[in-house]
Amino acid sequence: MKIGVLAVQGAFIEHEKALSTLGISHFEIRQSKDLLTSFDGLILPGGESTVMGKLLRDLKLFAPLKQEIEAGLPVFGTCAGLILLSKTIAEDETVHFGTLNVTTKRNAYGRQLGSFKTFSNFKGIGSIPMTFIRAPYIEAVHDKTEILATVNHHIVAARNRTQLGTAFHPELTEDVSVHQYFIDMIKENTFEGAS
Amino acid sequence: MENSRYGLNKELAQMLKGGVIMDVTTPEQAKIAEAAGACAVMALERIPADIRAAGGVSRMSDPKMIKGIQEAVSIPVMAKVRIGHIAEAQILEAIEIDYIDESEVLSPADDVYHIDKTKFKVPFVCGAKDLGEALRRINEGASMIRTKGEPGTGDVVQAVRHMRLINSEIRKLQSLREDELFQAAKELQVPYDLVLYVHENGKLPVVNFAAGGVATPADAALMMQLGAEGVFVGSGIFKSGDPVKRAEAIVKAVTNFNDPKVLAKLSEDLGEAMVGINESEIKLLMAERGK
Repeated sequence: MKIGVLAVQGAFIEHEKALSTLGISHFEIRQSKDLLTSFDGLILPGGESTVMGKLLRDLKLFAPLKQEIEAGLPVFGTCAGLILLSKTIAEDETVHFGTLNVTTKRNAYGRQLGSFKTFSNFKGIGSIPMTFIRAPYIEAVHDKTEILATVNHHIVAARNRTQLGTAFHPELTEDVSVHQYFIDMIKENTFEGAS
Repeated sequence: MENSRYGLNKELAQMLKGGVIMDVTTPEQAKIAEAAGACAVMALERIPADIRAAGGVSRMSDPKMIKGIQEAVSIPVMAKVRIGHIAEAQILEAIEIDYIDESEVLSPADDVYHIDKTKFKVPFVCGAKDLGEALRRINEGASMIRTKGEPGTGDVVQAVRHMRLINSEIRKLQSLREDELFQAAKELQVPYDLVLYVHENGKLPVVNFAAGGVATPADAALMMQLGAEGVFVGSGIFKSGDPVKRAEAIVKAVTNFNDPKVLAKLSEDLGEAMVGINESEIKLLMAERGK
């Protein structure tokens, strides 16, 4: 199994470390020629969604990746990565991939003074540490999108088949259980694809 | 898990990695910077090149002007305070700034003491010329470091010198025997635990950006190749002929800093770069402020 990590800006190295801990091979996606490598899953890291959204388009990564995600490539977005996946962004016309049917609110907890850490329950895993940095949260899920975690009545993790989004940063903690969850999603997907 | 403001503040800097932080003086410039792909903006009344030209005492910007920029963009907004100016920092915290730069670009308010940054909830970034300065600032509570470079010159030589020095001192610490680290801490004038961290991890305990004199995509790529985790661009953008194009090119150069073909394309047709001043022509060395 091989995972591509979008590495145009942000905390992509932290995801690569989590994957290394799990013994999963991975590579960085910085320009369109990097997409010549075949891969089984995609991680969209934390960072600034405005920067990543622009660079995805300018570096001609946007259309091919969107097509792959729509065709069922498993994808995991954290914080800015969640915003890239969201179908609707509250109070904002911008849509990036728009493949995950949720409405997400950017900077939902305010500025840096609103950043925090907590523990909360993640469906199928249990209680895990969650780090929120100028984080969004999901205002609403639509369609068959499943809620996986909430903090203070706000949705902070959701999944729709092959797509996983978290408002928090699992890659900033030592706990790799959400990454393991994503790996299991990829395995499920490969199995379904093969059958 | 480091459950403190300090941990969260270091982590905000991690989110800025691989990005470009741009100096802006108006909400309009802030919007241009955001649209061009800045991962954060530094709000200030005058960019370093103009501070240098105007002379006189340079202070924290008007909070109203900073608030205007906070309202204009969704990316993090940073602003500068004078070295040691506790009250200016308290004011910026009161308007919920995302990051405070305790900066040698402004006139120092205290020629002995830096701000005790552990007393603040908001994060601080500080400049450093060498490893000792970097670790002293971190000990005082800085959650991000940048090279000092020589601001407002468009000359990258000092940023290069500072980045190389910091990284070579890090490599030197890594190669020491453990029983030699006590003496190293004494020589660097920093606490032993920070020296031990660098010895064991081969890096600073916080994110390290390049700053001071970056004017072209090639400059930005150079700093990334030398080990910077991201780049501040001050006067280089809005003092150039085509700020939008240059800003976009520098952002892309930071992402693909290791691909000369991409860099060649990005470097084409950028118009006038800022004129710049050579090191030997400078009367005021801002990097010598605050050690």
